[in-house]
Amino acid sequence: MDTMRERFASVTSQLLEEDPRLALVLADIGAAGFTEAAERHPDRVVNVGIREQLLIGVGGGMALTGLRPIMHTFASFLVERPFEQVKLDLGHQGVGGVLVSAGASYDWPSGGFTHMAPGDVALLDTLDGWTVHVPGHPDEAETLLRHAAAAGDDKVYVRLSLQANAAPRPVDGTGFHTVREGRDGVVIAVGPMLDPVLAATEGLPVTVLYATTVRPFDAATLRAAAGAAGTSDVVIVEPYLAGTSTRLAAEALEDRPHRLLGLGVGRRELRRYGQLDEHLTAHGLDPRSLRERITGFVSARP
Amino acid sequence: MGLMTGDEKHGPAATSTLDALWVLYDRVLRVSPDTASDPGRDRFLLSKGHGPMAYYAVLAAKGFFPVAWLPGFGSYDSPLGHHPDRLLVPGAEIGSGSLGHGLPLAVGTALGLRAQGRPEPAVWVLIGDAELDEGSNHEALAYAAAAGLDRLHTLVIDNSSATHGWRGGIASRFETAGWSAVTVDGRDHEALEAAFGAPHPGRPHAVVARVEPKDA
Repeated sequence: MDTMRERFASVTSQLLEEDPRLALVLADIGAAGFTEAAERHPDRVVNVGIREQLLIGVGGGMALTGLRPIMHTFASFLVERPFEQVKLDLGHQGVGGVLVSAGASYDWPSGGFTHMAPGDVALLDTLDGWTVHVPGHPDEAETLLRHAAAAGDDKVYVRLSLQANAAPRPVDGTGFHTVREGRDGVVIAVGPMLDPVLAATEGLPVTVLYATTVRPFDAATLRAAAGAAGTSDVVIVEPYLAGTSTRLAAEALEDRPHRLLGLGVGRRELRRYGQLDEHLTAHGLDPRSLRERITGFVSARP
Repeated sequence: MGLMTGDEKHGPAATSTLDALWVLYDRVLRVSPDTASDPGRDRFLLSKGHGPMAYYAVLAAKGFFPVAWLPGFGSYDSPLGHHPDRLLVPGAEIGSGSLGHGLPLAVGTALGLRAQGRPEPAVWVLIGDAELDEGSNHEALAYAAAAGLDRLHTLVIDNSSATHGWRGGIASRFETAGWSAVTVDGRDHEALEAAFGAPHPGRPHAVVARVEPKDA
């Protein structure tokens, strides 16, 4: 199986053939995957060098002429470093585009904190109107990338990761999907957190919702799931900063008493290298830790 | 410009651009209210969005919006803010104010036009000499020359407002990167027109328009 990033290169190369409105902007990262596409479409596949502010500015300028730019680099250099460009050169200009990141929260743990971006979705949440896709499998990444490319002038962020579930699920670029049903609580698993959540909740009577499109937040499905389960105990397990989506879950449930637990990457800088699974364990996102946190939360209900 | 009040701190920034803007809109740019949404129009991107009174005055004089809008400048009901918003101001290609965004957007605009097989439109961007301090401009400046964007033009209004100045002159920064560059008197309409029209095959072109120092 290829990685999400490899799938991004093959799918985007194909989309560039099919849709003359699409353009790809790179800042050296990932350029090797687009050698052939750049030869075939030298004017629509642009590598600006190691210049991340320009990466977004160029995308904004292209969008002003009517193209749909796809901009790609590591999450820390795509969302965090040029954040004002994301805010002004796309949103404030009233134009859209597709940001596709790699690296996620700790895809390259031995690279250290400079290449980790657990805060990317929370940061993007300070802006209006962004769709955020968090695929949990390369097949899902392909589907969501195709949705993003075809989404008119929308502003779309696609967060790719080496962390993935063993099998793909049907995804359609909207909302949450019910994987399991139970009466003791609702657990929302975002993208690659689904497999750990399913392992953690094995045998527990909880509803599990799978979310690969997290913005806009699917309040309707959460409300329906909570209503069907007869509970408003909700756990959200996200592969980025803990609590990123609890504000939206609270809004979804504001007309009823509810309890929320947001699990995800801790805010404190870990200052550890190592492997991805070691970081998952350190942040309490391995199945055993998740089970403790989830059972502790739902059983604590008065 | 006298109709617009309330942003006096940016008065020098506004008057510094007036002559260059007028010559551009009056003699160079192929854009009018009738062609403001024509894909083949020339683009002018005001990057130096502070002190936009001269820009608004020129757009009003050229008929992009009514002169009657000018006295409302900066008020709640006015589309004309102390920094322009492209979604509110007819004829404004970009919303600007935060420094260092226009030149990168202009590079993307030139690339976007090229990718759509439109070599005719010229892309112009106006920045200030202090705005050139922003690193984002240097990302764009270096790349534009390397990419041979010969439909891209930068107009730098130099009123000596950069805190540390530019040793060797601003034009040398562009020339070193591979641009065509010329420095002119920013109050001399004939000199400005000649500088705007100077040929620059295969290279982007920068016009540094020197005006009286901001604090003079």
